[in-house]
Amino acid sequence: MTTKNSSKDNAKKHAHDWLNEHGDYLYRFALARLRDPHQAEDVVQETFMAAIKSDNFAAQSSPRTWLTGILKHKIIDLMRKGNRETNASDLMSDQDANMDEFFDKTGHWAEEIKDWNMPESALEQQQFFKVLQNCLDKIPSKLATLFMMRDVQEADNKEICKELDISSTNAWVMLYRARMGIRKCLEINWIGH
Amino acid sequence: MMDCKQASQLVSQGLDTKLSIRDRFALKFHLFLCKYCSRFSQQLKSLNVAFSKMGKSIEDDNNITLPTETKNRIAQSLESEV
Repeated sequence: MTTKNSSKDNAKKHAHDWLNEHGDYLYRFALARLRDPHQAEDVVQETFMAAIKSDNFAAQSSPRTWLTGILKHKIIDLMRKGNRETNASDLMSDQDANMDEFFDKTGHWAEEIKDWNMPESALEQQQFFKVLQNCLDKIPSKLATLFMMRDVQEADNKEICKELDISSTNAWVMLYRARMGIRKCLEINWIGH
Repeated sequence: MMDCKQASQLVSQGLDTKLSIRDRFALKFHLFLCKYCSRFSQQLKSLNVAFSKMGKSIEDDNNITLPTETKNRIAQSLESEV
């Protein structure tokens, strides 16, 4: 019996325990990033299927960390796939950060930039998250994907650019546009509430 | 001297990458003088914090569980693999 086989048997033997012990956590991890229950369920399933087929199972590593690592890749794959399916209109204005609505001709802010009071109580926070999620849903999907990927990847921007097949200059422009859009949306729907 | 449009771009870029020394100084100088841009800078930082908090709040919410049907479905798929 080879080491490879025994590690595979080991993985299979533990798979059901892992599902019970870590399934909920992995689901929440995916949901926090994808914000879509069905997609989150699917990536968790894919993660377990990949885990059981993997030769890389190392008994000494924490299963949760290992599974989370697989899950991260599955989430990124899914985001990347979704990104390919976005239409061309999203892509067309990548080059120019058309921010004319935010600035006047002299390059100054067109509107007053206010001091924000961020939510403090737990209840206020929950309401704020709802508004924030709505704002994220409103910006073009490619921008949202980039924004979320940055979050999942913990700011490994080189990797993100490779995954999305964009230059890093483009990524900065896009992240800038995403933030400007979300900021404006929040100002209308939360700060001025 | 850079205008607010340029400054706001650098503020955003500075969250994703390390700016050149020249850009960092120019931006610092602009932010020192410009109330709106320094508020903007603060807002983007708050936005980043809010996003990671929002993710954390889902991750830490023990009331959110993998639906039982899905769990069973995965268990079955694992079984047929074994």
